[in-house]
Amino acid sequence: MGLGNFTKSEGGRAAMLLAPPFFYALALLALPILAVVLFSFWTQDFMTIDTSFTLANYREFFDKPIYTVLLGRSLMVSGIVTLVTVVLAFPVAYFLSFHVRPERKSLWLFLITIPFWTSYLIRVFLWKVILGYNGVINSGLIGAGIIDEPLSFILYNVNAVIITLAHAFAPFAILPIFVALEKIDRSLIEASRDLGETRLTTFFRVTLPLSMPGLVAAVLIVFIPTIGDYVTPELMGGAGGKLIANMIQTQFLQLNNAPMGAAIAIVAMICVTAIALAFVMLNRRWLRGRG
Amino acid sequence: MTALIELKSVEKHYGDYHALRGIDLEIRAGEFFSLLGPSGCGKTTLLRTIAGLEEVSSGTIRIDGRDMKGVAANHRPTNMVFQSYAVFPHLSVAENVGFGLRRDPRSKVEKARAVEQALEMVGLGGYGKRRAHALSGGQRQRVALARALILEPKVLLLDEPLSALDRLMREQMQLELMRLQRQVGITFILVTHDQEEALVMSDRIAVMFDGQIGQLADPETLYRKPANRRVAQFIGKMNFLPGRMLDQRGAIEVAGLGRAELAPEQALPAGGEITVGLRPETLAILFDGDTAPRRETRGTVAEVVYYGDMTYYEVRVDGIDRPLTVSMKNLIGRPVLEVGATTRLAWDERALVLLTA
Amino acid sequence: MKGLPLRVYAILYLLFLYAPIALLPLFAFNDATIIAFPLKGFTTHWFGDLAGNAALRQAVGNSLFIAAMTAIFATLLGICAARAGAMARFPGKGGILGFVMLPLVLPEIIVAVSLLIVMRQVLGLNLSNWTVIAAHVLICTPFSIAILNGAFQNLDPSIEEAAMDLGESRLSAFRLVTLPLVMPGIVSSMLIAFTISLDEFIIAFFLTGANPTMPVYIWGLLRFPAQLPVVMALGTILVTLSVVLLVIAELFRRRGLARAGIKDTGGFL
Ligand SMILES: Nc1ncnc2c1ncn2[C@@H]1O[C@H](COP(=O)(O)OP(=O)(O)OP(=O)(O)O)[C@@H](O)[C@H]1O
Ligand SMILES: [Mg+2]
Repeated sequence: MGLGNFTKSEGGRAAMLLAPPFFYALALLALPILAVVLFSFWTQDFMTIDTSFTLANYREFFDKPIYTVLLGRSLMVSGIVTLVTVVLAFPVAYFLSFHVRPERKSLWLFLITIPFWTSYLIRVFLWKVILGYNGVINSGLIGAGIIDEPLSFILYNVNAVIITLAHAFAPFAILPIFVALEKIDRSLIEASRDLGETRLTTFFRVTLPLSMPGLVAAVLIVFIPTIGDYVTPELMGGAGGKLIANMIQTQFLQLNNAPMGAAIAIVAMICVTAIALAFVMLNRRWLRGRG
Repeated sequence: MTALIELKSVEKHYGDYHALRGIDLEIRAGEFFSLLGPSGCGKTTLLRTIAGLEEVSSGTIRIDGRDMKGVAANHRPTNMVFQSYAVFPHLSVAENVGFGLRRDPRSKVEKARAVEQALEMVGLGGYGKRRAHALSGGQRQRVALARALILEPKVLLLDEPLSALDRLMREQMQLELMRLQRQVGITFILVTHDQEEALVMSDRIAVMFDGQIGQLADPETLYRKPANRRVAQFIGKMNFLPGRMLDQRGAIEVAGLGRAELAPEQALPAGGEITVGLRPETLAILFDGDTAPRRETRGTVAEVVYYGDMTYYEVRVDGIDRPLTVSMKNLIGRPVLEVGATTRLAWDERALVLLTA
Repeated sequence: MKGLPLRVYAILYLLFLYAPIALLPLFAFNDATIIAFPLKGFTTHWFGDLAGNAALRQAVGNSLFIAAMTAIFATLLGICAARAGAMARFPGKGGILGFVMLPLVLPEIIVAVSLLIVMRQVLGLNLSNWTVIAAHVLICTPFSIAILNGAFQNLDPSIEEAAMDLGESRLSAFRLVTLPLVMPGIVSSMLIAFTISLDEFIIAFFLTGANPTMPVYIWGLLRFPAQLPVVMALGTILVTLSVVLLVIAELFRRRGLARAGIKDTGGFL
């Protein structure tokens, strides 16, 4: 018995190998999140933490409109960004999967992923250059004589945040949809045509339903992280474009009120998780029986 | 001759699944031994327990008198040719063949010579520098063979080595494997689900079903005297006929054919209902001018399947539910009958096989 | 031609993706402090300013160190998980693998906040490069696993058994056969983890110590309009560097496939 015996079975060896990553994630992810939960029930007392259990942070969250307004705005922005990104990405993924020659596919994927790997901060900042008062769009439009005065509604508001985020998360949306489309057995599409469907009805009756797992993954992979981004709203949003992540960041780093920040983070995370789960449940029928 | 490999009540469980159920087996030195059975019956599992790639749940395996319990694959005097060949794709052909010589004390030059010899033995002389992943299926297989044989194991284990090859290649490799085995004198244990392959190549065959050995015998015995209905069904074609014992000296009554005497050496059950088997080639359709047969009955042709060298007829005979399968050589001048023709059918009681279960 | 509208759309989409980056070199070589059109003239002195900036050099040094450590540790953890993933099942395996991949779908700010609380308030540690490394390893490991999964799952399991059957121990079979075959995956995993870590800001901003990482330093620069051309110059260098690293990673990935004799089916992830 004991360890020697354990390592003899392949399952046992697999378990031993999985232990380091598992314990790492446990120590640096699960336990810290538990700590956040704990903190959210405490309060900041100037420089020290008052560790008596209280719901004060949560009460403050729901009493002061600022928090709920920010959270609502965050969810809305993430929702719109997700919608825009996925809708814009689908045709690209479809084109890649169905119209690009197999040996060219990895080149296209490569081209699509490159911008994603380049400095996020600088990319966001460049949108400021594009959308700004003296930016590319304004100088272009003025130069073309279409407008006399620079447009000001395209920077420092929620629209700018949405455009920038939609750009930043584009590859995240394309890849899962592409993978799902690639997995579709091409003979299914031929079968559908053979059974009398047109190209368009085949798309809606066969291709789209079969690509749902990819679409769902794309939605989640865009929606969830956008909630946690404070860089774009900070740089692009102006006063009216701040989001809940900015508030969390402020609580922790400027106001030095970790318990309040923790409570906000917890509420935000619960909302995101609930929405994500609800979304998955709604699409359950498309996901069943497939990896 | 003493046994080189000895298995005693070997059991293997995968969780709840009982893959090997009490395997008892003796394999002699220098033998060409086959494990034959349908997919999933545990052939690969049995082979892997001998190779040491799989631990037995209980029971013992001895090789050359030595108990193999706790001896890892790399310390056993066995080598394996894998079903997928498992040729190392990042190495050249020569590096593949020489892989197992890493700890061999011989000099580099001697090893290189050994590798070249092994390659020549499998007909790949001069291929040493090729990259392994650019080889064809048949060539990969030869590399896998050379790689194992160069280590001069006591036992070579082959897991369906020919199943990935096309028919012509397969038949050629069958002959070549037999030649190799005679040349090197190593014990070969071949796993296959192809009965013809097993019959052609082996000295002895163990037929497996559901993790158990159904019958262990040489090819001829296996074909002529299958121990039970399952073995008979798996090897070759067989007509099954219900019958009844008439006395204890071998007199029986066979449905549709009538009274018959069983060959004397067959072990007889106590009595009552029995099943007998008749191979299609022991039956014959009688044409005008054929010599009078020992026994004869009449039937109607229900189906004709033409194979070129042979024709298979399904012949309906009164008193038997299922038509009898009859195989006929397509000799010169012999016509092929049409469905619906009535015909005389010759049979021979010496060909009757009494089947248990 | 069939699919022409789609092709046009896809190319426009690529232009949209590349539009901001295309501006970088324009302003990096533009002889004006203000980042706006029209362009003024050609200069390279923003790059000269970069070279002379000691604080920046220090930040770059920090980031390179963090990225290198992250690449090593994330890849080691990734190898463990990916290899376990390709091996036999055991109870709870799927759940554990899913849990390890969780950082991929967690808002980064949650990771940042939770680690900040643990490091500062619970453990009372001083923030340093190592706190950033700990967090980056956490978020890079899922990427490493995804890349290495491809490498390990493409392997024929009997390859390693064949090596053992030919006389190698479990360990030397891994070293002689499996490792060379997954090496391209390992290299590309390290490059990807390196690139992610080098660029990561959201978490680093929370966990960075007295010496900022490069993105944190850039964030500081963004507030000073006079520094913006320097940021453009730096950005140009970074983009070039990323592209080079990615090209190398991609080449290694392809070589891995070629070695294992597999047809190429797609890019990263
Ligand atoms: N590692 C394993 N874990 C669980 N079950 C297994 C494992 N290996 C084999 N089995 C099961 O044991 C049974 C016998 O498998 P084995 O591979 O020995 O069959 P086989 O006779 O070689 O079949 P085939 O002709 O298809 O190769 C199968 O039902 C298989 O599903
Ligand atoms: Mg098998």
